[in-house]
Amino acid sequence: MYFLKRIIFAIPLLLVISALAFALVHLAPGGPFDRERAPASPEIERALKAKYHLDEPVWKQYFRYLGDLAHGDFGVSLKYRNHTVNDIIAQGLPVSMLLGALAFGFAMGVGLPVGFFTAARRGRWPDYAGSFLATLAVCVPGFVVAPLLILFFSIKWKLLPVGLWETPWHMILPPVALGLFFAGKVARLFREGMLNAMQSDFITAARAKGLGENMLLLKHACRIAVLPVVSYSGPMLADLLTGSFVIENIFQIPGIGVFLVNSSLNRDYTLVVGLSLLYAALLIGLNLMVDFAYTLLDPRVKYE
Amino acid sequence: MNDSDESRKPSAEGSQARRDTAPIFSLSSTKGGEGRGEEAQGFQAQIPSPQPSPRSGGERVTGASRCAQGNLTPGQRAWQRFRRNRAAVVSAWYLVFLLLAIIAWPAILKISGGTFAQVHNPNQLSDAAFAPPGMQYWFGTDVHGRDVFSRILFGAQISLLVGIVGAGVSLVIGVLWGAIAGYVGGRMDSALMRIVDVLYSLPTVIFVIVLITTFGEMLKQSHFVGSSPALAGALRVTLLFVGLGAVSWLTMARIVRGQVLSLRTRAFVEASRALGGGPVRILARHIIPNVFGVVITYLALTVPAIILYESFLSYLGLGVQPPMASWGTLIAEGVGQINPIRIYWWLIAFPGGVLVTTLLALNFLGDGLRDAWDVKGRA
Repeated sequence: MYFLKRIIFAIPLLLVISALAFALVHLAPGGPFDRERAPASPEIERALKAKYHLDEPVWKQYFRYLGDLAHGDFGVSLKYRNHTVNDIIAQGLPVSMLLGALAFGFAMGVGLPVGFFTAARRGRWPDYAGSFLATLAVCVPGFVVAPLLILFFSIKWKLLPVGLWETPWHMILPPVALGLFFAGKVARLFREGMLNAMQSDFITAARAKGLGENMLLLKHACRIAVLPVVSYSGPMLADLLTGSFVIENIFQIPGIGVFLVNSSLNRDYTLVVGLSLLYAALLIGLNLMVDFAYTLLDPRVKYE
Repeated sequence: MNDSDESRKPSAEGSQARRDTAPIFSLSSTKGGEGRGEEAQGFQAQIPSPQPSPRSGGERVTGASRCAQGNLTPGQRAWQRFRRNRAAVVSAWYLVFLLLAIIAWPAILKISGGTFAQVHNPNQLSDAAFAPPGMQYWFGTDVHGRDVFSRILFGAQISLLVGIVGAGVSLVIGVLWGAIAGYVGGRMDSALMRIVDVLYSLPTVIFVIVLITTFGEMLKQSHFVGSSPALAGALRVTLLFVGLGAVSWLTMARIVRGQVLSLRTRAFVEASRALGGGPVRILARHIIPNVFGVVITYLALTVPAIILYESFLSYLGLGVQPPMASWGTLIAEGVGQINPIRIYWWLIAFPGGVLVTTLLALNFLGDGLRDAWDVKGRA
């Protein structure tokens, strides 16, 4: 029931977002045709504007856009005019999603074991080393990691390709560069969750009953400790999707992030609004899924 | 008479908490640090060995020393715990030295004059393009023969300024928002927090990008650019402050609200209210001083987040514009020079290294503060 309500609530929210994005891009001076060669004559420019309804008042354009949207039509990109926004999304989104999913896998695959290990060896040197590395990972932005990875793995040792997105070999460095930050974050969260869990009463009770330390950590503490990580994974997926702009740019990956920055600079009205809506919808959906997963993992949590 | 008697406890607690935040700040000044240090030294001698985990260590110490040091306020205890966190203290010193270097370097250039100033002028083009690090150019030179060392120190001004002011903006919005929501409660609370929830679920990066391109373009077309480029640059940086601050206050608002909500029902607040304390008095004397530790802690963690954000935007070409530089733009320039023939590693390693070490120091500082104030959980 609660989740149904949230799904329904998402619709007006998306409307507000679309209106906001629409207003913001139209507020910016200049238009989508400014950066092209000057049109042959004012008539041609006028005709071009009329064709894309840019001569109408903004509110009218907005309602026209909404009408098209109701049919699932995001409109035609004003910059890449032989592509619809739907085309661009259909081409770029799967690539960005795969990149994001791989990076997510990397972050979890590295972050959780490191977090567990540092918590289990608390206060000894493996803890210091692991925690330091995790904090370091949180402090190294993707655009520093990516060039360094390219410099060493691609240029110096010639192990992996420099860029592009074709074979599985191309899909190693970008997810690592993208996911490293989040691996550090997950490790820190999980370590903290483990330490908090170890102080709770049920752990003391289990220990008093004579349960082995490993069993205690693996079976009991983990279940509680993973909750902060789960609630972080919603924002994390969002950041993975949006953080991929830079990584896609550096590795020349034909994802969707490149379009967002460019379209915003190019005043490509339809593309900006379409992509903002897409990201917002994805985020809302992902957050919903995360909250739902939370209720499955922790029966104490009840939404009403 | 009765009134003041009853309310003495909470208000004393409040004022002490406020007073005790002073040492946290005086971290940057040696005087305050040493004065406190002697106190802490004697205290430290009682502890057999440095505690492995700052949090559990801190708890044990306060428990054991409560009888001996019964007159310690929460702030003083926090300060002692902080001092024992070696990583946090080292980080604080690193940041102090960085700040000193940033402030002193332009002055040194001005005073020394001559060829030294010429060589290290961050905007001075020279023929020595891509000179590797050496005696003359400590961190090498870039494509235009500019001194990388100087450019990093001048870029630091922008990066740190954006981080600090942006965090300040997020502080003001977040604390006000959270305090009002938590204190007023009821409908107001649910309305304000629903807005926060909604904003949380939005792709903030996209919002910032659209915002900055929109207003950046407006700025470019305005008459400032022609008349005074410096002013236009300053406005552009202001845009960054506002944009980044505007998207970074959400967690702060949530944390402050949670704290205020739990404080509001505490006995000493009830007492003050029963004695006729108005909302302003309660907020100012009881709530805000008690939220202080949490806010300072989270603020210290917001600064690196915003610096990272700024470098991200500058990397995309949306942040500060040349000839101004920030660490993000310096790294972007270095990445632009990657090619398979020659590796100009110093163009990435030095700006990246300074950025990473600064973020690391800020994070350790924030963690140290959090452990010292024993702030539980982050939203």
